[in-house]
Amino acid sequence: MQGTSTITTADIWAALESVKDPEIPVLSVVDMGIVTAVSHQEGSDAATVTMTPTFVGCPAIDMMKKDIYHAVKNLGLASVEVLVDMDTVWSSDRMSADAKARLEKFGIAPPPVADGELTAEMLDRVRCPHCGSTDTTLRSTFGSTLCRAIRFCFSCKQGFEQFKPL
Amino acid sequence: MNTEAIKDLLYRMADDALIIGHRNSEWTGIGPMLEEDLAFSSMSQDKIGHAQALYNILYTSFGEKNPDVLAFQRAEKDFRSCQLVELPIGEYDFSLVRHFLFDHAEALRYSLLEASSFAPIAGLARKVRGEIRYHVMHADTFFKQLSTGSEVAKARMQSALNYALPFALGIFEPSAYEEALIAEGIFAGEARLQELWLQKITPLVAAAGLQMPAMDTAKAVYGGRKGYHSEYLQPLLAEMTEVTSIDPSAEW
Repeated sequence: MQGTSTITTADIWAALESVKDPEIPVLSVVDMGIVTAVSHQEGSDAATVTMTPTFVGCPAIDMMKKDIYHAVKNLGLASVEVLVDMDTVWSSDRMSADAKARLEKFGIAPPPVADGELTAEMLDRVRCPHCGSTDTTLRSTFGSTLCRAIRFCFSCKQGFEQFKPL
Repeated sequence: MNTEAIKDLLYRMADDALIIGHRNSEWTGIGPMLEEDLAFSSMSQDKIGHAQALYNILYTSFGEKNPDVLAFQRAEKDFRSCQLVELPIGEYDFSLVRHFLFDHAEALRYSLLEASSFAPIAGLARKVRGEIRYHVMHADTFFKQLSTGSEVAKARMQSALNYALPFALGIFEPSAYEEALIAEGIFAGEARLQELWLQKITPLVAAAGLQMPAMDTAKAVYGGRKGYHSEYLQPLLAEMTEVTSIDPSAEW
């Protein structure tokens, strides 16, 4: 038998906004498009949150799962379940425009719109998050985390990271 | 659905991903340049993630043991990986050629599986498409770059290709379930995959200025899919499971 609660579905989404991606602390799991569904009936004290990893082998997944559980549980719900969904195709297009702007401010060039494709142009003319120049080049499609590539800016002569289009 | 057929397919794929992931992670710290060290390390992490997702399907859909037990507590003869993936990393030319041959087969396998009638594998296939595209792009870039480098580089790439190709053909060792897999729309089968793979890599090998070894004389190295492995798998497993075997029940 489910109990009742005054916690709303909107409260749950707000709590999820407080859960940050451990590798990118300026973005929440909602900004990243990692949370794919919240299942909660208004007035119920039970909720299920569904999430999907960005890259299947993302090592931060268990940590985010725990963080999501605690953030939602701490609202005062009696029962919280967090499910990992391997069917939803995560794409960097799931990140909001606002999230991309914050990513750039944090020092990581945001991913261009991928639309399920990956083209050479996409890896070209990426704007440097330090100086804004697009005179940059791809140094390595693999970087410090699974979701990042390494680039170099000819204008300010600095290396920088780019969130990969996926 | 023929569950034995699906399980066999999942074990092949998961074991391939785990073993190639472990092997290529041996480049971490000793890659020929920083970017390549990062590339092999990242791709290994992806592959091990794919292995985990595949073992998880075996666990949740078929009641097999949990992914950690499947990865770390099985005997060598229970591994269904092809022999290509267990070979030592060797020199960089071999690792790169193996990466090129294996990843093209893997990418094509997943792309066929996107249409699988077995929903969990179709879902995973769609999910990993984007990451595998990066692996293939990396393989193609460096395969061509090294093959079109100096004469020495070209010769080394050619000899690595000649050595690796029979093992790569072992990827497509038919299972006892080919007909069932095809009839039930689970997977188009190893023969079809090999055909698509040859169509894909032959022009890439030519564009890199290398010779494709003659297919009529190249003898596929089979056995891995039935649990017969080379002398290299057992030492790899011993190393990979060294920590877990101290205390298999430890909580991490």
